[in-house]
Amino acid sequence: MIKMLSGNEAVARGMWEAGVVVASAYPGTPSTEILENYALFPNVYAEWAPNEKVAVDVAIGAAYAGRRGIAVMKHVGLNVAADSFMYASMTGLEGGLVIVTADDPAMHSSQNEQDNRTFAKFGRIPCLEPSDSQEAKDMVKAAFELSELFDTPVLLRLTTRICHSASAVELGERIAPEGEPKQFPRNPAKYVMVPGNAVKRHPVIEQRIADLRTFAETFSHNRFEPGSRALGIITCGVSYQYAKEVFPEASILRLGLTWPLPEKMIRKFAISVERLIVIEELDPFIEEAVRLMGIPVEGKSIFPITGEYDPRVVRESAVRAGLLPKSAHIPLPEMETGPLPGRPPVLCPGCPHRPTFYILNKLKVPVNGDIGCYTLALIPPLSAIHTCGCMGAGIGVAHGAAKAGSPEHHVAVIGDSTFFHTGIPALVNVVYNHSPVTTVILDNRITGMTGHQENPGTGRTLLGKETVQVLLEPLVRALGIQHVQSVPGFDVKAIEKALKEYIKLDEPSVLIVVEPCALLPEVRKRWVPLEVLADNCNGCTLCFRLGCPAILKSEELDEKTQRPKALIDASLCTGCEVCAQICPRDAIPFRPVKVGAGEL
Amino acid sequence: MKNNINFLLAGVGGQGTILASDVLVNVGLAAGFQAKQAEVHGMSQRGGSVTSHVRWGEVVYSPLIGAGEADVLLAFEKLEALRCVNSMRPSALALINMQEIEPLTAISGEQAYPSDETLHNVFAQLSSKVKYINGEEIAGLLGNLKAANVVLLGALSALLEQGQQVRNELTPEVWLKVITARVPPKHVELNRKAFQAGREAVR
Repeated sequence: MIKMLSGNEAVARGMWEAGVVVASAYPGTPSTEILENYALFPNVYAEWAPNEKVAVDVAIGAAYAGRRGIAVMKHVGLNVAADSFMYASMTGLEGGLVIVTADDPAMHSSQNEQDNRTFAKFGRIPCLEPSDSQEAKDMVKAAFELSELFDTPVLLRLTTRICHSASAVELGERIAPEGEPKQFPRNPAKYVMVPGNAVKRHPVIEQRIADLRTFAETFSHNRFEPGSRALGIITCGVSYQYAKEVFPEASILRLGLTWPLPEKMIRKFAISVERLIVIEELDPFIEEAVRLMGIPVEGKSIFPITGEYDPRVVRESAVRAGLLPKSAHIPLPEMETGPLPGRPPVLCPGCPHRPTFYILNKLKVPVNGDIGCYTLALIPPLSAIHTCGCMGAGIGVAHGAAKAGSPEHHVAVIGDSTFFHTGIPALVNVVYNHSPVTTVILDNRITGMTGHQENPGTGRTLLGKETVQVLLEPLVRALGIQHVQSVPGFDVKAIEKALKEYIKLDEPSVLIVVEPCALLPEVRKRWVPLEVLADNCNGCTLCFRLGCPAILKSEELDEKTQRPKALIDASLCTGCEVCAQICPRDAIPFRPVKVGAGEL
Repeated sequence: MKNNINFLLAGVGGQGTILASDVLVNVGLAAGFQAKQAEVHGMSQRGGSVTSHVRWGEVVYSPLIGAGEADVLLAFEKLEALRCVNSMRPSALALINMQEIEPLTAISGEQAYPSDETLHNVFAQLSSKVKYINGEEIAGLLGNLKAANVVLLGALSALLEQGQQVRNELTPEVWLKVITARVPPKHVELNRKAFQAGREAVR
């Protein structure tokens, strides 16, 4: 049966067909839909872990127990999980172990565009790269086979364009896990990485990667597609598609296994063509390895080292380098449209994060942020995020700045899910080494930005089962924070009062702002748009400072001030009443019946 | 049909662009083409620009359409239509929904929302095959504004037939079968009507 599947759906299907027993992940664009889709198959186990390191340890545990385990993450997740990734390489395993990394060339939704193939080389771990959805599915199976054949973790590297593009996939049969689980291994020489054992394992993994290098020569996903002798292209991943489209005549060596590389195959290919180039997104990973073999090759001197490729990027780069004639250039229409207003992502109407940032902006304190929807509070008029590097970073950065004598009181903001991810150890540090940092945990009762995934605070698992809710306030108190309170997310006065108090303290403090995401289905049911009483509004502009997309400037001007009055777009307004609270002239009436705000 | 046909879909988050492109790629497959689709959207949950690429052909390699190579524009919103004009081939087919969704940058007065005159002038220069439609108005008459995306698909299906850009076997029934499989059962009848109304609107 043929089905149109996105790369992520295809990976999920491949996991099911391959008989994965344990799947663990932390949500992150562009990888999130892999586990969401896998969890829909019957009788599977899949979970959201609090972070990627835990997810990899969980998959390793399953593989040590002799079952197929998989951990899924976006590229930067592998930074968090690197420690576990590296020891798994040293120990090997009993059942198959696959780690999926979804890299994000062009940084559609990421803080960097690191190329995780380098992790494979670093860890002596084989790396597979599919070029479409069919291969995404097939390579999950191939990855488990490789893992079990060579006693190694395998890295399956996807990119945004593989994850989020759809192509036809021939569905296969499931290989169900066989037999009863075996007894957990008692093999300390292999699984206890004390120096004495690790010293003996290192040569083993060097031999393993050498054996894989030999295997690569005959691996079916490495394939030679003969063409003209004039140009030979080594390529991988989605770049293969652009190579085929732009250079239909060329000879192509398509590598499905991009680490280790099949040296003999590459040499044979190189001598069969007059000019050898590599087309690969991001780092010159293959290119440099080929050059180290002593083979003349071009790559990043022709194609960009940054960003995502597409047929145009590849074609125009090739024209500039003289690989294609000037006539291959495709002119753009170059229509003069005039300046077009942008549509930058903004906090949604009714977003429960908005009041906190409105107050933080008023207080003019430095705010050390984290990764999530709330990072969007960096945009004017809220302008209340001053640093954001990675998940869990803000609390540590605030502490370090305070210890360095930064003259202002630092506020760290973090989400509920990111607090569980890597916020907790940083907060322990604030308590233990004592800094007067105020941490605001924006608890919107869900993992928001990636599209509503459960987390340890929501009381529900990925498989939809009810579970223990990890409660933030008792947790924070147990860490030893004396100044803690929870306030409803739409209570502007309570947030202002608490923050004003906390930023005067010489002690660590935590404010937990609780209000479910406005886009959750049960919250949508409570939406009731507000309206502006034009007679009361004098165009004071205070409500515009909320940066709410539902509050518009009316065409009606106030007679005295000659400033536009406020107007609420009823199709966008959720009735969160934040504007109603801050309006000094009662021009925005509250809802007749109080619902929602602060309710859980 | 000549070689490939490249569809560029553009809209604003929440307009049903993704569903429409999902339908379009599956119609391609059902009609016997190779078909690929790529969603291009940033970090916004709601209200951001959303574009989607769909390609049909005897052989389709890249899931992305290079700028300057889109044959058909299906724009769900006027500003997004203008944003895509320079990705089109000259004399491309364009179906533009006359919906206006002001971005925050326009609401705040930082930048002006382009006028309809600009829209019409720019597209008149690009191609003679430009159709304007009011999908929301048509869907509203059917009782559900959300069906506007299927109205547009209906209109697109008729325009492709008129331009003889597709094989004869790509009948409205092929489209309807795919749409029916994609929407909740209770909305099947509404979507059939919406598709039909879209076809009639460009007749």
